[in-house]
Amino acid sequence: MEIWYSLVDHLFPFTWAQHIFMKNALMAVLLVGPMFAIIGTMIVNNNMAFYSDTIGHSALTGIAIGVLLGFGDPLWIMVIFSIVLALIISSLKFLTTASTDTIIGSVSAAMVALGIVILSRGGGFAKYSRFLIGDLLSITPNELLILSIAFGGVILLWGFMFNKFLLVSVNMSLARSRGIPVHLVEILFCVAAAVIVTISIQWVGILIINSFLILPAAAARNITKNIRQYHVVAVIITIASGITGLLFSYYLATATGATIVLIAALFYLLTFIWKPRFF
Amino acid sequence: MPCSNAIQKQQTKACGLCCTHLEDFGVSIGRTEILRDINLHIHCGELMAVIGPNGAGKTTLLKAILGEIPHTGWLRFLDASNCQARKPIVGYVPQKIDFDAGAPVSVLDLFSAALSSWPVCLGHSRRLQERTEASLLRVRADHLLKRRLGDLSGGELQRVLLALALEPKPDLLLMDEPVSGIDVQGREMFYDMVSDLRRNYDLSIILVSHDLALVSQYAERVVLLNKTVICDGTPEDVFSNGQINLAYGPFYIENTGGKRAYAKKGGGAIA
Repeated sequence: MEIWYSLVDHLFPFTWAQHIFMKNALMAVLLVGPMFAIIGTMIVNNNMAFYSDTIGHSALTGIAIGVLLGFGDPLWIMVIFSIVLALIISSLKFLTTASTDTIIGSVSAAMVALGIVILSRGGGFAKYSRFLIGDLLSITPNELLILSIAFGGVILLWGFMFNKFLLVSVNMSLARSRGIPVHLVEILFCVAAAVIVTISIQWVGILIINSFLILPAAAARNITKNIRQYHVVAVIITIASGITGLLFSYYLATATGATIVLIAALFYLLTFIWKPRFF
Repeated sequence: MPCSNAIQKQQTKACGLCCTHLEDFGVSIGRTEILRDINLHIHCGELMAVIGPNGAGKTTLLKAILGEIPHTGWLRFLDASNCQARKPIVGYVPQKIDFDAGAPVSVLDLFSAALSSWPVCLGHSRRLQERTEASLLRVRADHLLKRRLGDLSGGELQRVLLALALEPKPDLLLMDEPVSGIDVQGREMFYDMVSDLRRNYDLSIILVSHDLALVSQYAERVVLLNKTVICDGTPEDVFSNGQINLAYGPFYIENTGGKRAYAKKGGGAIA
């Protein structure tokens, strides 16, 4: 961490960069940004925006379970819970003929309600509201380490599985005819997305985490023609909106996560306007 | 074309010796028996069309051969060179696939994803790009290399999928209504290409189609399927057989006017 701090001092000789919490937050943005960009592109390709939204919202129930079991830091319970939920949702998709939207919508509503009911017992919900909005500035070096490990895991997973994810996202029966175990690949992707969303949730916030996942990818696909451009542009947009949002939130004293998402939304709007000229 | 020429071509290109066997092939899902007692030999260089009414199990047959759904009986491929039975390499051209037309996936991306394990998001190797170009050239679609899948026309997309199904070179090529919903020109171009491939490569083709006119024009063998093989022979044999009237009923009689429709090459497209 010391190396990082001195590097930031070197690169950004500004007042905002002198605070340790800003240095930590900057590093978090640089870790979460690319990770969200590459997962987000795949989520958008798979039309899974609603799914990732559900995973985000269900974190409330994960927190609640953690609290019930008496854990001070509910992170691990949340992660395990999100994996279980991802497994349930992805297998429900294959087992029933009901529309995926309906299934996911029902699960989402039930999980949010359950989480609120447990957490609000005795009127103590207010102390969990930090999860709703998220607090990027409170991130600690230990938590940064967890994020780095998650980032490494995503890179590794993408290195091995990206092409399979891509084929499945283009068309399942085509992927199946090329010998890809479609169900397994889908489940793996659902679990990976769930873990990343859950790990990042306390810094980005339950309410807006999905927007941060979806917006850069949605903006990137407006102005790109192949997979490489798509990823490069999405990563650039997340990092750019992350850093700009961090600075704005520092000077305007606003919630960091929401400010970042707002900038990302601006990027989306710009690419949307630019789109007709691009094609 | 003189006979000897044709035979020679068959021998040099498609050997006609290797073949795919289906023996006592059947499919049941739950307690419902969808297909039973299917025995077929398909030689390489042969285009076999499978026809039959809706719900006859045509698509199920293809899925079972692909291994998507379990089957009873045996599927064997006999290699002419070493007389060894093995599982065939199967290529598959799906019906018009539905995918997200807005996704920035280029034709090259699709090929790279299917043919290599190097993550496509990091770019393509020179070698793979050349291989893709060569394989697109085979279906006269090399100009589509950098185009997005969503920007292709129906006919172009099917040609791209055909090229993809030929990589790696299959022993058996399955096509499920590959050109339904595509205009007459696109359809004829597609089938001309398929005929070329069949002549020039050692592969057998199973084609599922409702388009009896095109079937009679391009297939040398037609199988009428309804739960099992009802009728198997040349288009002339099958279309003149009384069974087809039972299977297709008034549909066939009304739309083709009996035997004449298939004799008239390329005559009236039948949906």
